[in-house]
Amino acid sequence: MNGAVAKPWAVVKRTVAYKEILKALWKANPISKQILGICSALAVTVQMQTAIVMGLALTLVVACSNLIVSLLRASIPRNIRIIVQVAVIATLVIIADELLKAFMYDVSKQLSVFVGLIITNCIVLGRTEAYAMNNPPARAFLDGLANGLGYASVLVGVAFLRELLGSGRVLGYPVIPEALYQAGYVNNGLLVLAPGAFIMIGLFVWLEHTLLERK
Amino acid sequence: MENLISIGVNSIFVGNILLSYFLGMCSFLAVSRNLKTAAGLGVAVIFVMALTTPVNWLIYNLLLAPGALAWAGLPEINLSFLKLILFIAQIAAIVQVLEMVIDRYSPALYTGLGVYLPLITVNCAILGASLFMVERSYTFAETLVYGAGSGTGWCLAIIAMAAIQKKLRYADVPAGLQGFGQSMIVTGLIAIGFMLFAGVSI
Repeated sequence: MNGAVAKPWAVVKRTVAYKEILKALWKANPISKQILGICSALAVTVQMQTAIVMGLALTLVVACSNLIVSLLRASIPRNIRIIVQVAVIATLVIIADELLKAFMYDVSKQLSVFVGLIITNCIVLGRTEAYAMNNPPARAFLDGLANGLGYASVLVGVAFLRELLGSGRVLGYPVIPEALYQAGYVNNGLLVLAPGAFIMIGLFVWLEHTLLERK
Repeated sequence: MENLISIGVNSIFVGNILLSYFLGMCSFLAVSRNLKTAAGLGVAVIFVMALTTPVNWLIYNLLLAPGALAWAGLPEINLSFLKLILFIAQIAAIVQVLEMVIDRYSPALYTGLGVYLPLITVNCAILGASLFMVERSYTFAETLVYGAGSGTGWCLAIIAMAAIQKKLRYADVPAGLQGFGQSMIVTGLIAIGFMLFAGVSI
């Protein structure tokens, strides 16, 4: 019984796709291992909702820009490749920005300039330059997807802790019981402010590094 | 005038583009290991930001903003969705020119800055300053002050960080915290320091 369940899993484990995703999510996470794209990672993590939307927008942009650059890779001249890549990324970011404005206006107001700043997010240019330029479209798309999700996972993790400890809510719903406040519990206001983001992500990475070293 | 001073002070300290808006972190973390390179990059950022933000203001207000094309007889056209792509192209062009100028007149600085000069293009602080300028609808004079102020704030932060990192080389930091984690926590403490200016009003 167990063997039958384990076998398909083992096959999945050997595929390129599985290895790529695992690498991007855990072993070489773009934020905590490669230190890419932290700019926006910190700014949108006051609430979980903005963090999730931002993570999804970035995943979409990385995956699609990887796909497009990979399709074009044979016809992009070596010398002007950066400009071509930035143009592709900027176009996708404009699409994402307009979509957010159309369907999620409130969230797009909260994210303000940070959606636009996906253009200069090092993860996107890093993946197109390092991976999509040398790999076939399907693999590049997958790589973009995995890296975007790796980014989103850290974002949501940090946002969860900041929202929970900073304002006592999860996804906007209060979760700390009223009795606790009456017993003298106070939300940590520092975590909502900018320095809280730095310190929280520092501690988050510390935890992750320690867990990874133990294995 | 008072308004300009207050925008200047705010963009350097309380609303520091790095410490309270988290922009330009990538190059900030990569270059802050060496005080000299950090100062060089900081100055380059001041220069690029003071130049690109006003130029982007002109582009936005003369070409892209709703109704900006009235001088061409097209008052109802709104091209503001194009701002992202035009801003980044303009920044890339200015950085490219700057790189050639520095290479020609100061080879020592050019080797010192190395790969980081082209990286200014993807420094989110530069694009961020232009986008904030649009969002807060500054006038041209305010934009001049804001661009220079934000650059100065970024430069101050990276120099402070490089100096602290230098001292920390002899500290006994737990293994998992070394590197990235430690830099983030130190940055958080610097940010708390900069926030103290919040009470200052001019």
